[in-house]
Amino acid sequence: MFYRDSGLIKTTYKADRAIFPVDQDRWAIVALVGLAFLVPAVASEYWLSSILIPFFIFSVAAIGLNILVGYAGLLSLGTGGFMAVGAFAAYNFAIRIPELNIIVVLILAGLVSAGVGIIFGLPSLRIKGFYLAVATLASQFFIEWLFVRVPWFTNYSTSGVISAPAVQIFGYDMSGAAQRYLIVLAMTVAVAVTAKNMVRSAIGRSWMAIRDMDVAAEIIGVRPLRTKLVAFAVSSFYCGLAGAMWVFFYIGTVEPQAFDLNRSFQILFMVIIGGLGTIVGCFFGAAFVILLPILLDNLFALLGTGGHADLLSHAQMAIYGALIIILLIKEPHGMAKMWQIFRQRMRIWPFPY
Amino acid sequence: MTPASAAAHAAPATGTILKLDDVSLSFGGIKAVQGVTFDIRPSEIRAIIGPNGAGKSSVLNIINGFYRPQRGTITFKGRARSYMSPYEAARGGVARTFQNIALFKGMTTLDNILSGRLLKVRSSVFEQALQVGRAVREELDQRQHVERILDFLEIEHIRKTPVGQLPYGLQKRVELGRALAMEPDLLLLDEPMAGMNLEEKEDMCRFILDVREEFGAAIALIEHDIGVVMDLSDRIAVLEYGRLIADGAPEQVRNDPAVIAAYLGAKR
Repeated sequence: MFYRDSGLIKTTYKADRAIFPVDQDRWAIVALVGLAFLVPAVASEYWLSSILIPFFIFSVAAIGLNILVGYAGLLSLGTGGFMAVGAFAAYNFAIRIPELNIIVVLILAGLVSAGVGIIFGLPSLRIKGFYLAVATLASQFFIEWLFVRVPWFTNYSTSGVISAPAVQIFGYDMSGAAQRYLIVLAMTVAVAVTAKNMVRSAIGRSWMAIRDMDVAAEIIGVRPLRTKLVAFAVSSFYCGLAGAMWVFFYIGTVEPQAFDLNRSFQILFMVIIGGLGTIVGCFFGAAFVILLPILLDNLFALLGTGGHADLLSHAQMAIYGALIIILLIKEPHGMAKMWQIFRQRMRIWPFPY
Repeated sequence: MTPASAAAHAAPATGTILKLDDVSLSFGGIKAVQGVTFDIRPSEIRAIIGPNGAGKSSVLNIINGFYRPQRGTITFKGRARSYMSPYEAARGGVARTFQNIALFKGMTTLDNILSGRLLKVRSSVFEQALQVGRAVREELDQRQHVERILDFLEIEHIRKTPVGQLPYGLQKRVELGRALAMEPDLLLLDEPMAGMNLEEKEDMCRFILDVREEFGAAIALIEHDIGVVMDLSDRIAVLEYGRLIADGAPEQVRNDPAVIAAYLGAKR
């Protein structure tokens, strides 16, 4: 009723290929991002540090993985490893060249991670699907092993758990929750916009061509190895960036255990639940995986434990698991597809058609 | 069409654009193609016919680089070689459609046809990510070109539909559109009318003739509908068991005893 696209006639191809072709959508997203930047004014330290910052960092990692799995069709279980590369690279840049700006450090960490991604992406020319997943699993274990065993990476720290140095931008201290939140948010917006731009451009089409029909992709002149390696590089860049932000803006320590195989699975679930091959789905997926358990937790706390604390915490996990199954049965294409169907309905609401 | 690309299409009307010379291909003991020699002239419609398993598709696969022949030379646009990779073929202006449609199912009609122009893209991944420099301009130019193809093939109404949801006849048309987007000099069509009804076949014939007319591409066509082949083609090559048994104008091929024997069987 209020949300209509009839009468919206695009007169240029530029307007037609805009990210948000419907005016209402564009206003809504500008308002949403604007509000997100104002959140620190009202939100508590707990909300910023423990909920919103990890939510955005996971969204960035999910966007990275979705480019690889959802757009290029290359199944990967090495996300945690690439995040670890970004995290350790950022840490090493920061302590070895302390005069570097943190933004430069983050980008350098992403680039190192992209390089590692290219190396571990090389087998993808020959192996596909589940077999490729197993090959990327090797990268996950190798990278974890490397950071545990080679003391140079941890700057010869004895415990294996090391604190990230304090972050400053142009002399301003960035350790407060609000400052950390703002920089993470800004990076997330940058990642989402650049990722969306890539997938709606030529490179995105070559990824999807390889994903949908690699034989046909070759006859239109797509070079499979180059295209797959670019996908690995871009994906690892974003994952590395997420790992670096994890260290500097979320946990504050660098440890390989934070980026183990469970982390890889967690991000893969976000991508599948959110919707393969969509950017908005990465945010939905991250919200589902990160925020829903917290929500359930608070809900149960509200109800009171009644002396059955462990029973309730198990019930909570059962509910969470059931919700995942219901969601995937109801809409196998993920939450992004549900969102699309919902918007389709809203266009004609309250009429049935 | 830009003047530059029009000039590129106006290849000399004489001579050959592609020549296979004594080409042989075998898979283990199976001789798929045996000593085949034939040529394609610029802007001609060249049919390749023959019974099932005669090696027609293998010949197309050799031309666009899926198969590496064991013997013989391929001369394309004056350059002789023993093997042409798919990338080289695409670069050189060979486009193709498949017998069992090979579209990108998850993408829209528009994106499928746009993907036919990936080789024309000059902007870097960085420019595309930031939507600066050449990226935007190029994208809009590509779109304009693709819109002309949509218009030509009369499929504007499905430009935003994912191709997986389209009926078979339209998918075949989108696949032709993707091939045309490459601005090919040589278009390989592998059974473009298989499984179509009469009306769809007539449309497709019209498009094939118009493609030659408007885009000036040479067309190599595999088709089983003999009526269509006789009407459309300038010259017909007939294959049987991997050998070329006849080659020439339609009337000539129609009366060739070897061809009649291959198709109808003959007393030996």
